[in-house]
Amino acid sequence: MTRLYAFLAIVLLSSVALAARAFNLQIMETEFLKEQGEARFMREVEVPVRRGNILDRNGEPLAVSTPVDSVWVNPGELLQSPEDIDRLAEVLGANADEIERRLTQRAQREFVWLKRRLHPDLAARIDAMKLSGVFLQKEYRRFYPAGEVAAHVIGFTNIDDIGQEGLELAYNDWLQGKPGVKRVIRDRLGRTIERAELLRESVPGQDIELTIDRRLQYLAYRELKRTVLKHGARSGTVVVLDIDSGEVLAMVNQPSYNPNQPNIDSDGLRNRAVTDVFEPGSVMKPFSVASALEAGIVVPDSPIDSSPGWINISGYTIKDHHNYGPIDVTRIITKSSNVGATKLALQLEPQHMWNTYDRFGFGSVTGTGFPGESAGVLRNYKRWRRVEQATLSYGYGLSVTALQLASAFGAIADEGRMRRPSLIRGASNPAISVIDPTIARQVAAMLETVTGPEGTGKNARVANYRISGKTGTSRKASAAGYASKYIATFAGFGPASNPRLVCIVAINDPTGGEYYGGLVAAPLFSTIMSGALRLLDVAPDNFETALTLHKASDQPVSLDGDQP
Amino acid sequence: MNLRLILTLLLLALVTTSSLGVVYTRHQSRSLAVQLGELENQRDETIAEWSRLQLEQAWLADASHVERKARDDLGMDQPEETLILVVEK
Repeated sequence: MTRLYAFLAIVLLSSVALAARAFNLQIMETEFLKEQGEARFMREVEVPVRRGNILDRNGEPLAVSTPVDSVWVNPGELLQSPEDIDRLAEVLGANADEIERRLTQRAQREFVWLKRRLHPDLAARIDAMKLSGVFLQKEYRRFYPAGEVAAHVIGFTNIDDIGQEGLELAYNDWLQGKPGVKRVIRDRLGRTIERAELLRESVPGQDIELTIDRRLQYLAYRELKRTVLKHGARSGTVVVLDIDSGEVLAMVNQPSYNPNQPNIDSDGLRNRAVTDVFEPGSVMKPFSVASALEAGIVVPDSPIDSSPGWINISGYTIKDHHNYGPIDVTRIITKSSNVGATKLALQLEPQHMWNTYDRFGFGSVTGTGFPGESAGVLRNYKRWRRVEQATLSYGYGLSVTALQLASAFGAIADEGRMRRPSLIRGASNPAISVIDPTIARQVAAMLETVTGPEGTGKNARVANYRISGKTGTSRKASAAGYASKYIATFAGFGPASNPRLVCIVAINDPTGGEYYGGLVAAPLFSTIMSGALRLLDVAPDNFETALTLHKASDQPVSLDGDQP
Repeated sequence: MNLRLILTLLLLALVTTSSLGVVYTRHQSRSLAVQLGELENQRDETIAEWSRLQLEQAWLADASHVERKARDDLGMDQPEETLILVVEK
């Protein structure tokens, strides 16, 4: 009898236990279990988006993302078959022991990148090996077909496709888009069999069209590199702007780097055209002369006596290269007379002179939105000493970027209309009038004499075109005053009859013996300008020299092939 | 009684039909999802192919590449200034 009761008790107890467990599972833990069950086949999958392309003004690609495979492993699975690691290492060209060590350290994880952004051939070989615990994942890789030529403007992205430098950094959000998330049901083999819901719509990355012209960019880069090598210069910058729109057509620097394999510590990463400032030297003279014309104290042919070729201001001596004797305002520009510019500046109210410089954009950022853009330095007129005001007239005591100079020269070329330089196509860019059109025309006419028979910039001439510009040679300031290191510059525009392009050339620290702007920078300006005017189909405005050239060459000139 | 039987049978038939319908649409939605996935893959492949072609084109049309070809392979050179004639329209 006791046996029967004992048996019944056991049966009863076990059924109670079962019921309790069933209750627990069905009612109490249902949420948790359901979640766990769904987790076995429901997956939240990221919908990757492609980073937008960067194109030049003609739609030529400058940065393109294309999918490549990355290989990742599940360490626990792969470590079980060491011979697979050897085979994998052989294909990847890596050390098998090292891989094994790395995987052993991370044995608890389920996901370890082995190598990212493989060459397509490698990826195909790994895929064909069908190793357990080794997987391929599609990722986008960024390519820069223009390489070092456009590296500074465009910048580059890191391994996770986030912009690190240049426009890749400035417009990262726009280019990147937002990956979407979808929940899917997968079968045993990992195939998606049903899309349960779209949790977040993906926002594809947008393309960006730059104002850069790839052909011009290449031309400028090639010639700049040649000049920097020829003169043993430390660095160099060229900026070409379209005057009518303020668009940057080319912006190149030396040294450069390869954005496809950037070296983060490299000295060449900076886009010197916007980040680096320098004392401009004589290329500032057009602005101090413009200020004097504006103040009404002189007209272009007012006489100025530059004898004896030097002047003493509060104990400092300001010198010219030669004694130019009695000259007029135009010849201050033609001959680049520091004494003449000083004499003009000292007649000006400091506030007025500062105001003119300020209106031309010196001392404030140009507003391109480029990361790390420098504003340069233009000190407040209230703290100017007399000698400072004198040196400011010929470009010392302030610092500027090449882009600021380009934009300011553009304003002189375009009858006083100044535009913000832009790098992105399609932005509205209204012009602001910064100086009286008559004065702008007068200064532009003075600048044309620089490439004339008596000017300092004869090397900047371009066959068949009239060119206006200004040479500059500035000594670099160092801790112990001014060192015997120079920056050779040339700033100019053409064709003079209807200016289309402005180009700034700055060569830093040429060590080859020559360092004058007229000898180092002007020839480079000429090469770039002549190529640019030809590429953009700008009509020549100087037929006379063309005809004399033909007469001088003594070659038969024929319009049609059948005439002699 | 007879009416009730008919009603029951009718409901039974409706339930069966609708459940078959559910099975059918469920199947259809899954096969469409598979198809959608395939088409999406195809689209991605096409975009990828396009970006690769774009890159290839960019490399081939690269100015330094073209210049090298023109100068070295075809022996071309820029005409001297004296050989350029400006024609007035």
